Amino acid sequence: MLYALCFLLFMIGLYCAVTKKNMVKIVIGILIMEYAVNLFLIMLGYRIGGKAPIVGTEDMAGAGSQLSELFVNSSVDPLPQALVLTAIVISLGSLALMISICIRTYEKYGTFDITQIRRLKG
Amino acid sequence: MSIPLPVFVAIPLATAFLLPIFGKRGKGAATVLANLATISLLVLAVASIGRSHVYEVGRWPIPLGINLVLDGLSSLLLLAISVVSAAAMLFSVRYMEQYTAKAKYLSLFLLMVAGMNGVVLSGDIFNLFVFLEIASLASYALVAFGCEHEELEAAFKYMVMGSIGSTFVLFAVALVYGNTGTLNMAYIAKAIQHSGLNPGLTFALGLFIAGFGLKAALVPFHAWLPDAHPSAPAPISAMLSGIIIKTLGVYALARVVFNVFGVSASVGWLLMALGLVSMVAGAFLAIGQWDFKRLLAYSSISQLGYVVVGIGLGGLIIARNGNIAWASLAILGGLFHLINHAVYKSLLFLTSGSVQMSTGTRQLKQMGGLAETMPVTRVTCTVASASIVGIPPFSGFWSKLILVWAAVQAGFYWVAAIIVFVSLCTLIMYLKVQRYVFLGELPEDGQQTREHGSSMLAAMVFLACLCVLMSLLVIVPSLRANILDPAVKVLTDGLSYSSDVIQIAGKV
Repeated sequence: MLYALCFLLFMIGLYCAVTKKNMVKIVIGILIMEYAVNLFLIMLGYRIGGKAPIVGTEDMAGAGSQLSELFVNSSVDPLPQALVLTAIVISLGSLALMISICIRTYEKYGTFDITQIRRLKG
Repeated sequence: MSIPLPVFVAIPLATAFLLPIFGKRGKGAATVLANLATISLLVLAVASIGRSHVYEVGRWPIPLGINLVLDGLSSLLLLAISVVSAAAMLFSVRYMEQYTAKAKYLSLFLLMVAGMNGVVLSGDIFNLFVFLEIASLASYALVAFGCEHEELEAAFKYMVMGSIGSTFVLFAVALVYGNTGTLNMAYIAKAIQHSGLNPGLTFALGLFIAGFGLKAALVPFHAWLPDAHPSAPAPISAMLSGIIIKTLGVYALARVVFNVFGVSASVGWLLMALGLVSMVAGAFLAIGQWDFKRLLAYSSISQLGYVVVGIGLGGLIIARNGNIAWASLAILGGLFHLINHAVYKSLLFLTSGSVQMSTGTRQLKQMGGLAETMPVTRVTCTVASASIVGIPPFSGFWSKLILVWAAVQAGFYWVAAIIVFVSLCTLIMYLKVQRYVFLGELPEDGQQTREHGSSMLAAMVFLACLCVLMSLLVIVPSLRANILDPAVKVLTDGLSYSSDVIQIAGKV
């Protein structure tokens, strides 16, 4: 259910990026898509009522070096969080570049409307 | 002695961050350093041929850590990247004097090279996405480098399409992780072999094809390419058309489809359909163009279609359990066409830059008679055109011949017919270029045109020689066995990629 909402958010972003005429709105659409994917990644690893995946002595099963089953089943998967951090940094970089291109375009054309920015054709 | 794989990423990355320090006064030093970086990469790429190696970053054993994998396909692509980037860098020495902020240009260029090398070496699917974004972000900035009306508009278009493609890829990576619980490509392949495709993974495969298809500018996704490629400075157009669309698009697609998911008949058909549509549509659109670089850009779409048709046909034959020899032949044709196209299309873009620098225009109708004043550009451009059309001694002929032969042997006569037909369209396109640019009367204001800069000429002559010499890659058996065959084998063996990587990593 939550995954479906996440996918809905992704589609809203895609719709926004494809149909809007204003450059800044297109950028916002792309950002919504990226956030939807980030949210999806976080949800993949999340467990309701889960705890931080830090191993303490009480989490070891018996004397062996195996982790206890309780720990494995209740801890949150840390890997997607690392992925999301990387993805956020990348999307920050691309956002900065996109917005600076928008600003330079506005200086040249005096508008954000992509239907009026049409020097290239064919 | 094995080559430590991270140097392929580390050299351009370190140089890229070093260059802006030189600032305005140290422009000469920065140029020399950047050229040294690309040339050393070329040497390393040549040295890496015929080796296979798995490097575990930070000594974390796979699948816990990130790994870099060098196999036949990676070293083929590394070679192509380093040849094109060395030539384009040499060309930039003189060409980029027209622009300000040369040091920034050089560092963006090297960032792009670092990203591409990372993409072809990465054995980890999330890392592949990260390197893909590094290369793409640098290329968006380079398309906008002139900061004029057209450049900004093209860069915005490119960036929007590229970002949507990257988001698709990231979404697919998330789905794959959710379904298999690992990010290492070898282990993902193993998990998929074990459990089969479920709807989530099928959806992820669809997203991968759409995402990489956007980067490769296959026809339904091609709208950005004819704007972005001509707007960039000429050496960057050469990089974009020559190698970026192939590494970020075709290589990544082939790797994911063949080695991770395993090719199926429907995917083979899909790739072949995308390739055929790109071939035909790109060729028709290119014939009508009067802008030199725009014509070349449309022709890139068409030529990339050949590569995808070869790979798709090979995949289809494998999936139907057909004769593996014809499958290898089709893939050989596709991959050989990939490196051929990298060389001659970048050469064509460099000659177009040279012409543009002399005449100040890209419109074919305003040029003419340049054969007298620019002999070197004329000869190199003719060599590249002959190669792309497929005239016998040149490299393009062999790759097209192999593709046609493979299609006929596999019983796809109509595919062979379309390949030959598109070659004829390509002939028309490049006769038009020769006729309007180099033959005919010199226009009145064209008396002053002349060749510029020995470095630009050296880059063009280097690539023109390669256009001729590359035919040796298929004719001489020992060269083919060392360079092309291992790359073909990676794709035809498909899912054994996974066990190979795990086995090699275990040995180290």
